[in-house]
Amino acid sequence: MNLTLAQSLTQTHDEMPSLREVFDTITLQSGFNTNAVIVAASLLGIAGGIIGAFALLRKRSLTADALSHATLPGITSAFLIASAMGLNARSLPILLLGATISGILGVLCIHLILTYTRLREDAAIGIVLSVFFGIGVVLLSVIQSTATSSAAGLNHFIYGQTAAMLTADAILMGTIVLIAIAIAILAMKEITIVCFNESFARVTGIPAGLIDGLILALIVLVTVSGLQAVGLILIVAMLIIPPAAARFWTDRVRLLIILSALIGALSGFIGASVSALLPRKPAGAVIVLCAGSIFIISMLAAPTRGVIAQLIRHAKLKLQIAIDHTLESKYQYPEHHPRTTFSLRVLLRLKGFTQSLSPSSALSQSGIKRGRRVRRNHMLWEQYLISCADIAPSHVDWSVDQVEHILDDDLITRLENEIRASGLEVQEIQP
Amino acid sequence: MTLLQTQPRSTLDARPEHSADNPLSVHAMTVAYHRKPVLWDVDYDAPPGSLVAIVGPNGAGKSTFIKACLGLIPAAAGTVEFWGKPYKHARADIGYVPQRESVDWDFPVSALDVVCMGLYRKIGWFKPIRKAHKAAAMESLDRMGLADYAHRQIAQLSGGQQQRVFLARALVQNAELYFMDEPFAGVDAATEAAIIEVLRELRSQGKTVIVVHHDLQTVPTYFDHAMLLNMRIVAAGPVSEIFTDENLNKTYGGRLTLLAEASEAVARAQQGQSTK
Repeated sequence: MNLTLAQSLTQTHDEMPSLREVFDTITLQSGFNTNAVIVAASLLGIAGGIIGAFALLRKRSLTADALSHATLPGITSAFLIASAMGLNARSLPILLLGATISGILGVLCIHLILTYTRLREDAAIGIVLSVFFGIGVVLLSVIQSTATSSAAGLNHFIYGQTAAMLTADAILMGTIVLIAIAIAILAMKEITIVCFNESFARVTGIPAGLIDGLILALIVLVTVSGLQAVGLILIVAMLIIPPAAARFWTDRVRLLIILSALIGALSGFIGASVSALLPRKPAGAVIVLCAGSIFIISMLAAPTRGVIAQLIRHAKLKLQIAIDHTLESKYQYPEHHPRTTFSLRVLLRLKGFTQSLSPSSALSQSGIKRGRRVRRNHMLWEQYLISCADIAPSHVDWSVDQVEHILDDDLITRLENEIRASGLEVQEIQP
Repeated sequence: MTLLQTQPRSTLDARPEHSADNPLSVHAMTVAYHRKPVLWDVDYDAPPGSLVAIVGPNGAGKSTFIKACLGLIPAAAGTVEFWGKPYKHARADIGYVPQRESVDWDFPVSALDVVCMGLYRKIGWFKPIRKAHKAAAMESLDRMGLADYAHRQIAQLSGGQQQRVFLARALVQNAELYFMDEPFAGVDAATEAAIIEVLRELRSQGKTVIVVHHDLQTVPTYFDHAMLLNMRIVAAGPVSEIFTDENLNKTYGGRLTLLAEASEAVARAQQGQSTK
């Protein structure tokens, strides 16, 4: 144990920590208490990542938000009841029991509103979340105005106090992680089928209600146990952000859960380390901001699903359409010169479709070939939309090149005949 | 206790057309949403080994009928039996194709994963999906012409391909009675042909398929039985007998524009049958 470092952690300073301090903290060499906090926060990240993935797949992420806000009246009521009974009102198990009960009560209220009224889920969640939180805030002010300073600790449940986590918390988080992993391995099939297609699951005899109850129980478990560390306002971020970020990188449930757990762990680890080095920074918020940064990076940079990749694909498609239309127009009306930008003419020349960079350049051999093909496909496509679109609305937005792949030979022949019958010419493709 | 068990039986037995051999027997089914009845006093017996179309206008309760039979929606009143047994004891022999729009196709699973779901009940709780299960699912995908798409994420499939994935999942269930909710909705010509081929294959194996269908023109060519539904049953029985101008008029009221075409199609089908 390094005494000076342990001391430095208890001091409130805002100077930048030295490289040595940073190294010691992230390699878990800066004292037992700090280690407990970092390990507990990382484990909370893993648990939140796995269970949050289930919530995301079941589209229940906002239910978790309502649940966490609904814990406040439970915490304050438990405090009031315990002090009235002469018990230790600050005992954590009593407060968390209260949190659990009122959290579940909140979810039940959402369920009741959905069953007995015609309100939608978003409205039901909004109502329960705000009303329960309101009750909690009122009770909190009652406690603060009547009780002694012993009530001050309750504020920590709202914003969280990561640094207060002890070895016992790390063990609790570790247990939850083990439970989450065990359930993910054993009941993956059942959870996946209920999340994807509840009605089919029920028809085949998988008890969807039981699976939903299991997912809800896990959400309650991770929310209540993370309340103290991250606070009830931000705890939902530990459930939503890691799986949402992981979704950008994978199309497989199993990998989604693993990545989500890793992102949660990384956020917890970095967040708790930063807060250990800069004690005035609220660790819960820092953990959430780490997760948020990973989310933004994922959203922008992920291949195929990322925003940048999508923009590039979109731009490529637009360019391809511009090229095709120019070639089609030049092929169809060689004496007419469509308006083109310089960059488009450069591209056409580079691809060998035109003979020069001038707007009135004639098509090359390959340009003529491509133009003829585009013309033919467009005509077939138009005919397809005229005669068959009512049975295939999902295909209307497909690109011209796919026409031949969608339509079978028989249909193509029929389309060609219809085009010829309407007095138009069909371009043949030379083999 | 015994009274409770025998009472629904006796009401079913009171109907002359009822038989315990029938894959589906519905008696006096009434379903309501928020006090508005959707199905009213529906009696229906599906004959074994037939393709049955459920036809009716939008909001007639076609999907509701299927869902209530399968216990997905609680019925306010009525009895549903499969081969004379309640749903709980017949489940293993019943397959289901839900409406394509009822699920999120951006869900992170592959086509093969979805087809494997048809086997989850057989695989059992807590047990992994084994190679034999995947092979069975692959075979089913292949039957629907989707072997090359097995490992694609389902969002990358076209609407018709997604529908065929659902069909493959139902086939792998290897059921005796199938419920299909609008399998022909929004599919391309190739998929429509593939589905109808599978339906006929199932019928030739003595299985019964009950299909919610929206295209009146194809009813006489695709199906042997039909159930004309508009909150209550207007007519049910062999297509050649009940698919008449009058019944369709009763089912659709003034809303039917395709009526003339459909009755022409029936006339053609009937002519075809009488010349055979």
